Amino acid sequence: MALLEVKDLDVGFDTPEGEVHAVNRLNFSVEAGETLALVGESGSGKTQTVMAILGLLAENGHASGQAFFKGKDLLRMSPSELNLHRGSEIAMIFQDPMTSLNPYLRIEKQMIEVAMHHQGLKKAEAVAHAVEVLRAVRIPDPERIIRQYPHEFSGGMRQKVMVAMGLLSEPELLIADEPTAALDVTVQTQITHLMSALQKKSNTAIILISHDLGIVAGACDRVLVMYAGEAVECGTVEQIYYEPKHPYTQGLLNSVPRLDQATERELETIPGNPPNPLTLPDGCKFRDRCPQAFDACSEPPPMQVGGDRHPFRCWLGVSK
Amino acid sequence: MIRDTGMARHVIRRLLSLLPTLFMLITVAFFLMRAAPGGPFDSEKLLPPEIEANLEAKYHMDESLLQQYFRYLSQIAVLDFGPSIQYKDWTVNELIGQAMPVSLTIGLSAMVLAFLFGTLFGITAALRQNTRTDYILMGVGMLGISIPNFVIAPILILLLAVYAGWLPAGGWDWSIASMVLPVVTLSLPVTAYIARLTRGSMIEVMHSNFIRSARAKGLPESVVIRRHALRPALAPVISFLGPATAGMISGSVIIERIFSIPGLGSYFVQGALNRDYSLVMGIVIFYGVLIIVLNFLVDLIYAWLNPRVRYDDKN
Amino acid sequence: MTIKTDNPAVDPFAAAMGVVDIKGRSPWEDAWHRLLKNRAAVYSAFIMVVMLLLVIFGPMLISWESDFTDWDNTSSPPSFSTGHWFGTDAVGRDILVRTLEGGRISLMVGLVATIVSLVIGVSYGAIAGYFGGAADRIMMRIVDIIYALPFMFFVIMLMVVFGRNILLIFAAIGAINWLDMARIVRGQTLSLKNTEFVEAARACGVSDWDIIRRHITPNLLGVVIVYVTLTIPQVILAESFLSFLGLGVQEPMSSWGALVSDGAQDMESAPWTLIVPSVFLTVTLYCFNYIGDGLRDALDPKDRV
Repeated sequence: MALLEVKDLDVGFDTPEGEVHAVNRLNFSVEAGETLALVGESGSGKTQTVMAILGLLAENGHASGQAFFKGKDLLRMSPSELNLHRGSEIAMIFQDPMTSLNPYLRIEKQMIEVAMHHQGLKKAEAVAHAVEVLRAVRIPDPERIIRQYPHEFSGGMRQKVMVAMGLLSEPELLIADEPTAALDVTVQTQITHLMSALQKKSNTAIILISHDLGIVAGACDRVLVMYAGEAVECGTVEQIYYEPKHPYTQGLLNSVPRLDQATERELETIPGNPPNPLTLPDGCKFRDRCPQAFDACSEPPPMQVGGDRHPFRCWLGVSK
Repeated sequence: MIRDTGMARHVIRRLLSLLPTLFMLITVAFFLMRAAPGGPFDSEKLLPPEIEANLEAKYHMDESLLQQYFRYLSQIAVLDFGPSIQYKDWTVNELIGQAMPVSLTIGLSAMVLAFLFGTLFGITAALRQNTRTDYILMGVGMLGISIPNFVIAPILILLLAVYAGWLPAGGWDWSIASMVLPVVTLSLPVTAYIARLTRGSMIEVMHSNFIRSARAKGLPESVVIRRHALRPALAPVISFLGPATAGMISGSVIIERIFSIPGLGSYFVQGALNRDYSLVMGIVIFYGVLIIVLNFLVDLIYAWLNPRVRYDDKN
Repeated sequence: MTIKTDNPAVDPFAAAMGVVDIKGRSPWEDAWHRLLKNRAAVYSAFIMVVMLLLVIFGPMLISWESDFTDWDNTSSPPSFSTGHWFGTDAVGRDILVRTLEGGRISLMVGLVATIVSLVIGVSYGAIAGYFGGAADRIMMRIVDIIYALPFMFFVIMLMVVFGRNILLIFAAIGAINWLDMARIVRGQTLSLKNTEFVEAARACGVSDWDIIRRHITPNLLGVVIVYVTLTIPQVILAESFLSFLGLGVQEPMSSWGALVSDGAQDMESAPWTLIVPSVFLTVTLYCFNYIGDGLRDALDPKDRV
């Protein structure tokens, strides 16, 4: 049984202008110990997917479908039930460490509360444990650092602290939302190596949300490509990068500079913009921007599942 | 916490910045009072010129204004506020000593009341945002800000003292009964403002990312609120306590008048009307120092609450 | 797919960018819509308009003069038979007429003192914000110092010292409230000065004056409007305070504060003398506060209190 299995997830928001469909009929699963990347443009629904799973949607948001974690549906749980899993078995690393850390509390306090609440540790033990985790994420002088406040660190350090906080309870599932977005390349590499190493050690499953294809290539086992709130392609890293089947995936890969290709090649962009989630088009949502669109695309395309477990949502190659 | 050099440095900076305020207060008050046409003896029966001259000499009013100013500064440096001009047998120090406990008791009680109830209502409204409780609390809050205390006071007196007879209509005898109406009336507008302020602040904090992080850690909601939300939410309220005090002091003038309370506010208005320079100056300086000290304390509390403030000073 | 925008400069590029459907709403339209949705603010505005009309035209329509003493009906409660619908005071003057005329004074003081506040506050704040640096620091320091002082005391002293001159009242009360305005304007000016769109405008060669006119002023305007609306009730309240203490406008002019003060003295025997002006005063303050709040929510929804 998969560690996390998401079925037909729909996430919507009530706004004065109408209902915003952020995620539509999303299906995916994550096995224990594997790293799944959620890839897509801003607004593709990646973050809202995990927010829904963790019960952290905004007040005007609602989710339907199922999200089975070790067999129990997270979407049906009350906040107090969710609290048994959040922070202990499922941990989250948020995107913006400056606003995701409480500026009024010392790091120490924000770290020990996890262990003290979930594992019942006493303060001294919790502090020692936290210091060890900080050391593991290569933060120098952790005993001193832990007594400081978030605004006293650089961005890279803050991100490492966020990662450390995510790993404190040795979760079975770690969700990392753009953990390297605001960082320079050297720190990016450090963090991704960290996560891989810790994953190997504790067999943690990771959902990595990113729009950086370079990071994804280096750190992940499988990739789920999302567009306009839907899954459009899913496969192993090799399948996605070497044999992309969906025109959107192909477009994404073409827009990234690659070492193994000629340097004089012009970077291609995908023309246009993602559709307005208030007024999603019928049929294939990528149709307006797709270079290979044809008349069948006015109908919602089927998810083509071949024998190679590399499904993609497209009309191309479907024989009538 | 006190050993933390950030805090210590902040404290010292704050102390130093208070002196200009005090100085400005004294200077402005002094020259303002003296600028008034007419002197303290005008209301009395017409005095023969020699006696008037003697009186003026006694109170040093025959000297130039600047001389009087510096004389006054040196006097108050040793905390001698001089004799009162209207109440001839009393010194200002004595008068203030008499009136101060009264005003202080009322003011402090009102402040505590306002803070406790204001934050309580504000947090409740915020946590039940857009429910009926919220609308009721905020509607009443808006009323509290809009009804002037000199409107509420007479109405409350009418209802609770005259018609119902539960409380005295005025006067001050250190009994709880005589304290209730003045304290409550004085605290009402501040309570209402604090309630609205707290509500807004709390709502904003509850929507912030770090609250989401706290929830993601699986902490129960009560812990999230208590440990993560309260401090940031109350920070603006603490800041407001400084101006709130100044506001209350202004309000006390009216309250003391309505309830016939022998406090500093009453003495001040009387003194101003009768040109009792020393008394007026004494009260102004007393309140000034009080405000300054209170602002200082509030600053300290705020810096303790919000660590970023201490460190901004360092850089 | 036709590309159409409101901006001719963008059209040539629009096709390449794949830009469609640009017609949006200006922030002012957005704000206006938000304001209209705020029922409390809308009702309050309506009530204020009615109040204004009453206060301006009411006394002309009522048969009683405000200084006419009806010796047959002193301290009489509201009744239709006496013709004094809201009763009379101890000297027989009709309460309604006095209240409405008092309203003229109160509202006028509110308006003028607010303008004083506005002028001082905006100039001070804009100068401090625009010049920045040491000038800004000093100016804001002064604001901090003044903010901490019990202003009422000084106003009282001013009144006592210089007498109850109505111009002085305007000036003194206006001078109480400019501090908040100055701070806000300074904050806005500072942040606007450094925004990217101002930088971009400069980079495109837009003149300083045009920058002020087209970029800075509209953004300041919103904030200023909100504070003006919130200052009005504070100013009316301050004037009432003074009048209540006997330091406000001189007889025969009367304001709501003075009327409440008079009413408070007679409240046991003639409670309507207290209630009527109190209600008018409170309703006015209440409504202005709601309007100000509504404007603030409409113009800057993040700033909700």
